[in-house]
Amino acid sequence: MVTATALEAELLQLAGSVPDPELPVLTLQELGVVRAVRLHDDDTVEVDLTPTYTGCPAIEAMSVDIEQVLLAHGMREVTVRTVLTPAWSTDDISPEGRRKLREFGIAPPRTRGAFGPVPLSLGPTRTDDGPTTEPSRPIEPTELTDPVRCPHCGGADTELLSRFSSTACKALRRCLACREPFDHFKEL
Amino acid sequence: MTATGPATVPVTAALALGDDALVLSHRLGEWAGHAPVLEEEVALANIALDLLGQARVLLSMAGDEDELAYLREERAFRNLQLVEQPNGDFAHTIARQLYFSTYQELLYAELAAGDGPFAPLAAKAVKEVAYHRDHAEQWTLRLGDGTETSHERMRRACEALWKFTGEMFQPVEGLDIDPTGLDRRWQESVTEVLGRATLPLPEGPRTGAWSAGAGRQGLHTEPFGRMLAEMQHLHRSHPGATW
Repeated sequence: MVTATALEAELLQLAGSVPDPELPVLTLQELGVVRAVRLHDDDTVEVDLTPTYTGCPAIEAMSVDIEQVLLAHGMREVTVRTVLTPAWSTDDISPEGRRKLREFGIAPPRTRGAFGPVPLSLGPTRTDDGPTTEPSRPIEPTELTDPVRCPHCGGADTELLSRFSSTACKALRRCLACREPFDHFKEL
Repeated sequence: MTATGPATVPVTAALALGDDALVLSHRLGEWAGHAPVLEEEVALANIALDLLGQARVLLSMAGDEDELAYLREERAFRNLQLVEQPNGDFAHTIARQLYFSTYQELLYAELAAGDGPFAPLAAKAVKEVAYHRDHAEQWTLRLGDGTETSHERMRRACEALWKFTGEMFQPVEGLDIDPTGLDRRWQESVTEVLGRATLPLPEGPRTGAWSAGAGRQGLHTEPFGRMLAEMQHLHRSHPGATW
Protein backbone atom coordinates (compact mmCIF):
# COMPACT_ATOMS: atom_id res chain seq x y z
CA MET A 1 0.00 0.00 0.00
CA VAL A 2 1.36 3.38 -0.94
CA THR A 3 0.20 6.03 1.45
CA ALA A 4 2.67 8.83 1.79
CA THR A 5 2.51 10.87 4.94
CA ALA A 6 2.88 14.63 4.84
CA LEU A 7 6.44 14.29 6.12
CA GLU A 8 7.25 11.72 3.43
CA ALA A 9 5.92 14.07 0.78
CA GLU A 10 8.08 16.83 2.19
CA LEU A 11 11.17 14.60 2.25
CA LEU A 12 10.49 13.46 -1.31
CA GLN A 13 10.29 17.08 -2.38
CA LEU A 14 13.56 17.84 -0.57
CA ALA A 15 15.37 14.87 -2.10
CA GLY A 16 14.03 15.87 -5.50
CA SER A 17 15.29 19.42 -5.11
CA VAL A 18 18.93 18.28 -5.10
CA PRO A 19 20.68 19.46 -8.28
CA ASP A 20 22.08 16.87 -10.68
CA PRO A 21 25.88 16.77 -10.16
CA GLU A 22 26.63 16.73 -13.90
CA LEU A 23 23.78 18.92 -15.15
CA PRO A 24 23.31 21.33 -12.25
CA VAL A 25 20.52 23.21 -14.06
CA LEU A 26 18.30 20.18 -13.46
CA THR A 27 16.99 18.91 -10.15
CA LEU A 28 16.80 15.17 -9.50
CA GLN A 29 13.01 15.48 -9.56
CA GLU A 30 13.10 17.07 -13.02
CA LEU A 31 15.49 14.34 -14.18
CA GLY A 32 13.00 11.78 -12.84
CA VAL A 33 15.44 9.66 -10.84
CA VAL A 34 14.04 9.90 -7.30
CA ARG A 35 11.46 7.14 -7.16
CA ALA A 36 10.22 6.96 -3.58
CA VAL A 37 10.83 7.99 0.01
CA ARG A 38 9.81 5.73 2.89
CA LEU A 39 9.85 6.80 6.51
CA HIS A 40 10.52 4.25 9.27
CA ASP A 41 9.92 5.53 12.79
CA ASP A 42 10.20 9.28 12.95
CA ASP A 43 13.70 9.93 11.78
CA THR A 44 14.87 6.99 9.66
CA VAL A 45 14.29 7.30 5.96
CA GLU A 46 14.91 5.19 2.88
CA VAL A 47 15.16 6.76 -0.58
CA ASP A 48 14.83 4.89 -3.89
CA LEU A 49 17.09 6.33 -6.57
CA THR A 50 17.37 5.00 -10.12
CA PRO A 51 20.41 5.53 -12.36
CA THR A 52 20.04 7.13 -15.78
CA TYR A 53 22.64 4.80 -17.32
CA THR A 54 23.73 1.60 -15.54
CA GLY A 55 27.29 2.90 -15.37
CA CYS A 56 26.45 6.51 -14.57
CA PRO A 57 29.18 7.64 -12.15
CA ALA A 58 26.99 10.52 -10.91
CA ILE A 59 24.78 8.17 -8.90
CA GLU A 60 27.21 8.11 -5.98
CA ALA A 61 27.39 11.91 -5.79
CA MET A 62 23.57 12.02 -5.98
CA SER A 63 23.27 9.61 -3.04
CA VAL A 64 25.65 11.65 -0.90
CA ASP A 65 23.85 14.91 -1.74
CA ILE A 66 20.44 13.42 -0.88
CA GLU A 67 21.79 12.08 2.40
CA GLN A 68 23.16 15.47 3.37
CA VAL A 69 19.94 17.31 2.57
CA LEU A 70 17.79 14.89 4.54
CA LEU A 71 20.18 14.71 7.49
CA ALA A 72 20.15 18.50 7.61
CA HIS A 73 16.37 18.29 7.77
CA GLY A 74 16.49 16.38 11.04
CA MET A 75 16.67 12.80 9.84
CA ARG A 76 18.91 10.60 11.96
CA GLU A 77 19.49 7.88 9.42
CA VAL A 78 19.23 8.08 5.62
CA THR A 79 19.65 5.10 3.31
CA VAL A 80 19.71 5.61 -0.45
CA ARG A 81 18.91 2.45 -2.39
CA THR A 82 19.65 2.07 -6.09
CA VAL A 83 16.69 0.56 -7.92
CA LEU A 84 16.73 -0.59 -11.55
CA THR A 85 13.05 -1.37 -12.10
CA PRO A 86 11.27 0.11 -13.92
CA ALA A 87 14.21 1.16 -16.07
CA TRP A 88 14.68 4.91 -16.31
CA SER A 89 13.86 6.47 -19.65
CA THR A 90 14.47 9.94 -21.02
CA ASP A 91 10.66 10.15 -21.13
CA ASP A 92 10.92 10.52 -17.32
CA ILE A 93 12.50 13.97 -17.69
CA SER A 94 9.82 16.53 -16.86
CA PRO A 95 8.69 19.22 -19.33
CA GLU A 96 10.29 21.80 -17.06
CA GLY A 97 13.52 19.76 -17.14
CA ARG A 98 13.44 19.72 -20.96
CA ARG A 99 12.98 23.48 -21.06
CA LYS A 100 15.95 23.98 -18.71
CA LEU A 101 18.17 21.67 -20.76
CA ARG A 102 17.39 23.65 -23.89
CA GLU A 103 18.15 26.92 -22.11
CA PHE A 104 21.43 25.41 -20.93
CA GLY A 105 22.39 24.69 -24.56
CA ILE A 106 21.57 20.96 -24.59
CA ALA A 107 18.97 19.68 -27.04
CA PRO A 108 16.50 17.73 -24.87
CA PRO A 109 15.61 14.12 -25.70
CA ARG A 110 12.54 13.65 -27.85
CA THR A 111 9.68 11.75 -26.27
CA ARG A 112 8.28 8.52 -27.61
CA GLY A 113 6.44 5.37 -26.74
CA ALA A 114 8.70 2.57 -27.87
CA PHE A 115 12.40 2.49 -27.19
CA GLY A 116 15.32 1.66 -29.40
CA PRO A 117 18.16 3.55 -30.98
CA VAL A 118 17.28 6.41 -33.24
CA PRO A 119 17.89 5.48 -36.87
CA LEU A 120 20.63 7.82 -38.00
CA SER A 121 23.09 7.72 -40.82
CA LEU A 122 26.73 8.23 -39.99
CA GLY A 123 26.81 11.68 -41.52
CA PRO A 124 29.79 13.63 -42.67
CA THR A 125 32.34 14.21 -39.96
CA ARG A 126 35.67 15.93 -40.10
CA THR A 127 37.28 12.64 -41.08
CA ASP A 128 34.83 11.57 -43.73
CA ASP A 129 32.90 13.18 -46.54
CA GLY A 130 29.64 11.43 -46.08
CA PRO A 131 27.76 8.21 -45.62
CA THR A 132 28.47 5.43 -48.02
CA THR A 133 25.49 3.37 -47.04
CA GLU A 134 21.88 3.66 -46.11
CA PRO A 135 20.94 4.57 -42.55
CA SER A 136 21.01 1.92 -39.90
CA ARG A 137 17.82 0.04 -39.21
CA PRO A 138 16.23 0.66 -35.83
CA ILE A 139 15.88 -2.47 -33.73
CA GLU A 140 12.52 -1.37 -32.39
CA PRO A 141 9.92 0.73 -34.07
CA THR A 142 10.31 4.21 -32.73
CA GLU A 143 7.93 7.09 -32.90
CA LEU A 144 10.69 9.62 -33.32
CA THR A 145 10.06 11.65 -36.38
CA ASP A 146 10.76 15.12 -35.03
CA PRO A 147 14.14 16.57 -35.92
CA VAL A 148 16.64 17.29 -33.18
CA ARG A 149 16.46 21.06 -32.99
CA CYS A 150 19.40 23.35 -32.31
CA PRO A 151 19.07 24.65 -28.73
CA HIS A 152 20.71 27.92 -29.78
CA CYS A 153 18.75 29.06 -32.83
CA GLY A 154 15.94 26.50 -32.95
CA GLY A 155 16.98 25.34 -36.44
CA ALA A 156 15.74 21.90 -37.44
CA ASP A 157 18.59 21.17 -39.83
CA THR A 158 21.24 19.59 -37.63
CA GLU A 159 23.76 16.80 -38.17
CA LEU A 160 25.37 14.14 -36.01
CA LEU A 161 29.08 14.62 -35.31
CA SER A 162 29.57 11.86 -32.77
CA ARG A 163 27.04 9.44 -31.28
CA PHE A 164 28.77 9.65 -27.90
CA SER A 165 29.72 12.99 -26.38
CA SER A 166 30.93 14.43 -23.05
CA THR A 167 28.90 11.77 -21.22
CA ALA A 168 27.36 8.49 -22.33
CA CYS A 169 23.89 10.05 -22.26
CA LYS A 170 24.69 12.69 -24.88
CA ALA A 171 25.54 12.82 -28.58
CA LEU A 172 27.41 15.65 -30.26
CA ARG A 173 25.61 17.45 -33.08
CA ARG A 174 26.05 20.59 -35.15
CA CYS A 175 23.48 23.07 -36.39
CA LEU A 176 23.68 23.66 -40.12
CA ALA A 177 21.94 27.02 -39.79
CA CYS A 178 24.00 28.76 -37.09
CA ARG A 179 26.96 26.32 -37.34
CA GLU A 180 27.16 25.93 -33.56
CA PRO A 181 27.95 22.48 -32.16
CA PHE A 182 25.73 21.29 -29.33
CA ASP A 183 25.08 18.32 -27.06
CA HIS A 184 21.93 16.28 -27.58
CA PHE A 185 20.53 14.28 -24.67
CA LYS A 186 20.01 10.93 -26.44
CA GLU A 187 16.71 9.14 -26.20
CA LEU A 188 16.94 6.12 -23.92
CA MET B 1 17.39 -24.04 -14.27
CA THR B 2 18.83 -23.01 -10.93
CA ALA B 3 16.50 -20.08 -10.49
CA THR B 4 13.33 -18.68 -11.91
CA GLY B 5 12.54 -16.03 -9.32
CA PRO B 6 14.55 -13.08 -8.08
CA ALA B 7 14.99 -14.74 -4.69
CA THR B 8 17.81 -17.03 -5.86
CA VAL B 9 20.79 -15.73 -7.76
CA PRO B 10 22.33 -18.11 -10.28
CA VAL B 11 25.94 -17.33 -9.45
CA THR B 12 27.45 -19.10 -12.46
CA ALA B 13 25.39 -17.04 -14.88
CA ALA B 14 25.97 -13.78 -12.98
CA LEU B 15 29.72 -14.37 -13.16
CA ALA B 16 29.61 -15.27 -16.86
CA LEU B 17 27.70 -12.14 -17.88
CA GLY B 18 29.48 -9.93 -15.36
CA ASP B 19 32.93 -11.07 -16.48
CA ASP B 20 32.03 -10.50 -20.14
CA ALA B 21 31.10 -6.91 -19.34
CA LEU B 22 34.09 -6.30 -17.07
CA VAL B 23 36.72 -7.71 -19.41
CA LEU B 24 35.39 -6.00 -22.53
CA SER B 25 35.11 -2.75 -20.58
CA HIS B 26 38.79 -3.03 -19.67
CA ARG B 27 39.83 -3.82 -23.24
CA LEU B 28 37.89 -0.80 -24.57
CA GLY B 29 39.43 1.35 -21.86
CA GLU B 30 42.84 0.51 -23.30
CA TRP B 31 41.94 2.70 -26.29
CA ALA B 32 41.98 5.81 -24.08
CA GLY B 33 44.73 8.02 -25.47
CA HIS B 34 45.15 5.83 -28.56
CA ALA B 35 41.88 6.04 -30.50
CA PRO B 36 42.14 7.14 -34.15
CA VAL B 37 40.03 10.28 -33.65
CA LEU B 38 38.79 12.21 -30.64
CA GLU B 39 35.17 11.22 -31.26
CA GLU B 40 36.12 7.54 -31.08
CA GLU B 41 38.15 8.10 -27.95
CA VAL B 42 34.98 9.40 -26.32
CA ALA B 43 32.70 6.79 -27.87
CA LEU B 44 34.81 3.79 -26.82
CA ALA B 45 35.25 5.19 -23.30
CA ASN B 46 31.50 5.70 -22.97
CA ILE B 47 30.75 2.17 -24.17
CA ALA B 48 33.34 0.91 -21.68
CA LEU B 49 31.60 2.86 -18.92
CA ASP B 50 28.21 1.35 -19.76
CA LEU B 51 29.76 -2.12 -19.63
CA LEU B 52 31.47 -1.38 -16.34
CA GLY B 53 28.13 -0.35 -14.85
CA GLN B 54 26.60 -3.63 -15.99
CA ALA B 55 29.58 -5.55 -14.58
CA ARG B 56 29.17 -3.90 -11.19
CA VAL B 57 25.51 -4.88 -10.95
CA LEU B 58 26.13 -8.45 -12.16
CA LEU B 59 29.20 -9.14 -10.03
CA SER B 60 27.44 -7.69 -6.97
CA MET B 61 24.75 -10.32 -7.52
CA ALA B 62 27.47 -12.99 -7.22
CA GLY B 63 29.50 -11.54 -4.34
CA ASP B 64 31.74 -8.59 -3.54
CA GLU B 65 32.39 -6.76 -6.81
CA ASP B 66 35.92 -5.60 -5.93
CA GLU B 67 37.07 -8.96 -4.65
CA LEU B 68 35.68 -10.66 -7.73
CA ALA B 69 37.27 -8.20 -10.13
CA TYR B 70 40.64 -7.76 -8.49
CA LEU B 71 41.42 -10.88 -6.51
CA ARG B 72 40.39 -13.80 -8.67
CA GLU B 73 42.96 -15.80 -10.59
CA GLU B 74 42.72 -16.22 -14.33
CA ARG B 75 41.12 -19.66 -14.17
CA ALA B 76 38.27 -18.34 -12.02
CA PHE B 77 37.08 -15.88 -14.68
CA ARG B 78 34.08 -17.04 -16.70
CA ASN B 79 34.10 -14.56 -19.59
CA LEU B 80 33.97 -15.51 -23.24
CA GLN B 81 37.32 -15.76 -24.98
CA LEU B 82 36.00 -13.28 -27.54
CA VAL B 83 35.95 -10.32 -25.15
CA GLU B 84 39.48 -10.90 -23.88
CA GLN B 85 41.02 -10.77 -27.36
CA PRO B 86 43.48 -7.87 -27.73
CA ASN B 87 42.23 -4.69 -29.37
CA GLY B 88 44.35 -5.29 -32.47
CA ASP B 89 43.85 -2.59 -35.05
CA PHE B 90 40.66 -0.53 -35.08
CA ALA B 91 38.99 -3.05 -37.41
CA HIS B 92 39.57 -5.86 -34.88
CA THR B 93 38.02 -3.77 -32.14
CA ILE B 94 35.01 -3.02 -34.32
CA ALA B 95 34.58 -6.67 -35.35
CA ARG B 96 34.72 -7.71 -31.69
CA GLN B 97 32.14 -4.99 -30.90
CA LEU B 98 29.86 -6.10 -33.73
CA TYR B 99 29.93 -9.76 -32.70
CA PHE B 100 29.56 -9.09 -28.99
CA SER B 101 27.08 -6.21 -28.94
CA THR B 102 24.77 -8.06 -31.36
CA TYR B 103 24.86 -11.05 -29.00
CA GLN B 104 24.44 -8.94 -25.87
CA GLU B 105 21.50 -6.99 -27.28
CA LEU B 106 19.65 -10.19 -28.27
CA LEU B 107 20.50 -11.84 -24.95
CA TYR B 108 19.38 -8.90 -22.81
CA ALA B 109 16.19 -8.50 -24.85
CA GLU B 110 15.34 -12.13 -24.13
CA LEU B 111 16.22 -11.85 -20.42
CA ALA B 112 14.29 -8.57 -20.11
CA ALA B 113 11.17 -10.25 -21.48
CA GLY B 114 11.28 -12.88 -18.73
CA ASP B 115 10.86 -12.51 -14.99
CA GLY B 116 14.15 -14.06 -13.85
CA PRO B 117 16.79 -12.46 -11.65
CA PHE B 118 18.49 -10.75 -14.60
CA ALA B 119 15.36 -9.08 -15.97
CA PRO B 120 15.76 -5.70 -14.18
CA LEU B 121 19.35 -5.19 -15.34
CA ALA B 122 18.65 -6.55 -18.81
CA ALA B 123 15.68 -4.23 -19.31
CA LYS B 124 17.86 -1.27 -18.48
CA ALA B 125 21.05 -2.32 -20.25
CA VAL B 126 19.41 -3.46 -23.49
CA LYS B 127 18.68 0.17 -24.32
CA GLU B 128 22.33 1.13 -23.79
CA VAL B 129 23.62 -1.85 -25.73
CA ALA B 130 21.39 -0.91 -28.68
CA TYR B 131 23.61 2.15 -29.06
CA HIS B 132 26.76 0.00 -28.84
CA ARG B 133 25.45 -2.27 -31.59
CA ASP B 134 24.53 0.69 -33.72
CA HIS B 135 28.01 2.18 -33.27
CA ALA B 136 29.67 -1.11 -34.29
CA GLU B 137 27.32 -1.56 -37.22
CA GLN B 138 27.97 1.93 -38.60
CA TRP B 139 31.72 1.41 -38.43
CA THR B 140 31.46 -2.04 -40.03
CA LEU B 141 29.58 -0.47 -42.93
CA ARG B 142 32.01 2.38 -43.27
CA LEU B 143 35.14 0.24 -43.11
CA GLY B 144 33.77 -2.68 -45.14
CA ASP B 145 32.30 -0.49 -47.85
CA GLY B 146 35.14 2.03 -47.69
CA THR B 147 38.55 1.96 -49.31
CA GLU B 148 40.35 -1.12 -50.53
CA THR B 149 42.56 -1.02 -47.45
CA SER B 150 39.75 -0.57 -44.94
CA HIS B 151 37.73 -3.33 -46.62
CA GLU B 152 40.66 -5.73 -46.49
CA ARG B 153 41.46 -4.99 -42.86
CA MET B 154 37.83 -5.28 -41.78
CA ARG B 155 37.53 -8.59 -43.66
CA ARG B 156 40.63 -9.94 -41.93
CA ALA B 157 39.34 -8.83 -38.53
CA CYS B 158 35.93 -10.47 -39.01
CA GLU B 159 37.62 -13.70 -40.04
CA ALA B 160 40.16 -13.67 -37.23
CA LEU B 161 37.48 -13.42 -34.54
CA TRP B 162 34.92 -15.72 -36.17
CA LYS B 163 36.18 -18.84 -34.37
CA PHE B 164 35.32 -17.24 -31.02
CA THR B 165 31.67 -16.60 -31.83
CA GLY B 166 30.30 -20.11 -31.23
CA GLU B 167 31.09 -19.91 -27.52
CA MET B 168 28.44 -17.22 -27.00
CA PHE B 169 25.74 -19.81 -27.60
CA GLN B 170 26.87 -22.54 -25.25
CA PRO B 171 24.27 -23.08 -22.52
CA VAL B 172 25.13 -21.40 -19.21
CA GLU B 173 23.81 -22.82 -15.96
CA GLY B 174 21.11 -20.55 -14.57
CA LEU B 175 20.60 -18.57 -17.75
CA ASP B 176 17.03 -19.11 -18.79
CA ILE B 177 17.30 -18.57 -22.52
CA ASP B 178 17.16 -20.53 -25.77
CA PRO B 179 20.78 -20.58 -27.02
CA THR B 180 19.86 -22.12 -30.38
CA GLY B 181 17.30 -19.45 -31.17
CA LEU B 182 19.70 -16.78 -29.99
CA ASP B 183 22.41 -18.13 -32.28
CA ARG B 184 20.04 -18.18 -35.24
CA ARG B 185 18.98 -14.55 -34.69
CA TRP B 186 22.62 -13.54 -34.16
CA GLN B 187 23.67 -15.14 -37.45
CA GLU B 188 20.80 -13.48 -39.29
CA SER B 189 21.72 -10.07 -37.91
CA VAL B 190 25.48 -10.36 -38.50
CA THR B 191 25.00 -11.84 -41.98
CA GLU B 192 22.76 -8.93 -42.90
CA VAL B 193 25.21 -6.28 -41.64
CA LEU B 194 28.25 -7.91 -43.28
CA GLY B 195 26.28 -8.19 -46.53
CA ARG B 196 25.49 -4.49 -46.53
CA ALA B 197 29.14 -3.78 -45.71
CA THR B 198 30.15 -5.81 -48.82
CA LEU B 199 32.08 -8.16 -46.54
CA PRO B 200 32.02 -11.94 -46.99
CA LEU B 201 30.60 -14.02 -44.17
CA PRO B 202 33.61 -15.81 -42.62
CA GLU B 203 33.67 -19.50 -43.44
CA GLY B 204 35.68 -21.12 -40.66
CA PRO B 205 34.18 -23.25 -37.90
CA ARG B 206 32.46 -21.59 -34.95
CA THR B 207 32.03 -24.73 -32.89
CA GLY B 208 33.78 -28.05 -32.50
CA ALA B 209 37.38 -29.10 -32.59
CA TRP B 210 38.80 -26.34 -34.75
CA SER B 211 37.00 -23.45 -33.08
CA ALA B 212 38.01 -21.64 -29.93
CA GLY B 213 36.11 -20.95 -26.75
CA ALA B 214 36.30 -22.44 -23.30
CA GLY B 215 36.26 -19.18 -21.37
CA ARG B 216 33.04 -20.16 -19.61
CA GLN B 217 34.96 -23.12 -18.18
CA GLY B 218 37.80 -20.87 -17.01
CA LEU B 219 40.21 -21.61 -19.86
CA HIS B 220 41.54 -18.43 -21.39
CA THR B 221 43.80 -17.37 -24.20
CA GLU B 222 47.35 -16.24 -23.62
CA PRO B 223 46.78 -12.44 -23.80
CA PHE B 224 44.20 -12.59 -20.98
CA GLY B 225 46.78 -13.20 -18.25
CA ARG B 226 48.68 -10.06 -19.21
CA MET B 227 45.48 -8.02 -19.30
CA LEU B 228 44.51 -9.31 -15.88
CA ALA B 229 47.96 -8.54 -14.47
CA GLU B 230 47.58 -4.93 -15.54
CA MET B 231 43.97 -4.69 -14.34
CA GLN B 232 44.70 -6.18 -10.91
CA HIS B 233 48.20 -5.03 -10.07
CA LEU B 234 47.30 -1.79 -8.29
CA HIS B 235 44.73 -3.44 -6.06
CA ARG B 236 47.03 -6.34 -5.29
CA SER B 237 50.02 -4.08 -4.59
CA HIS B 238 48.05 -1.78 -2.32
CA PRO B 239 45.22 -3.84 -0.76
CA GLY B 240 42.38 -1.72 0.52
CA ALA B 241 43.80 1.51 -0.89
CA THR B 242 41.28 4.30 -1.44
CA TRP B 243 41.47 7.66 -3.20
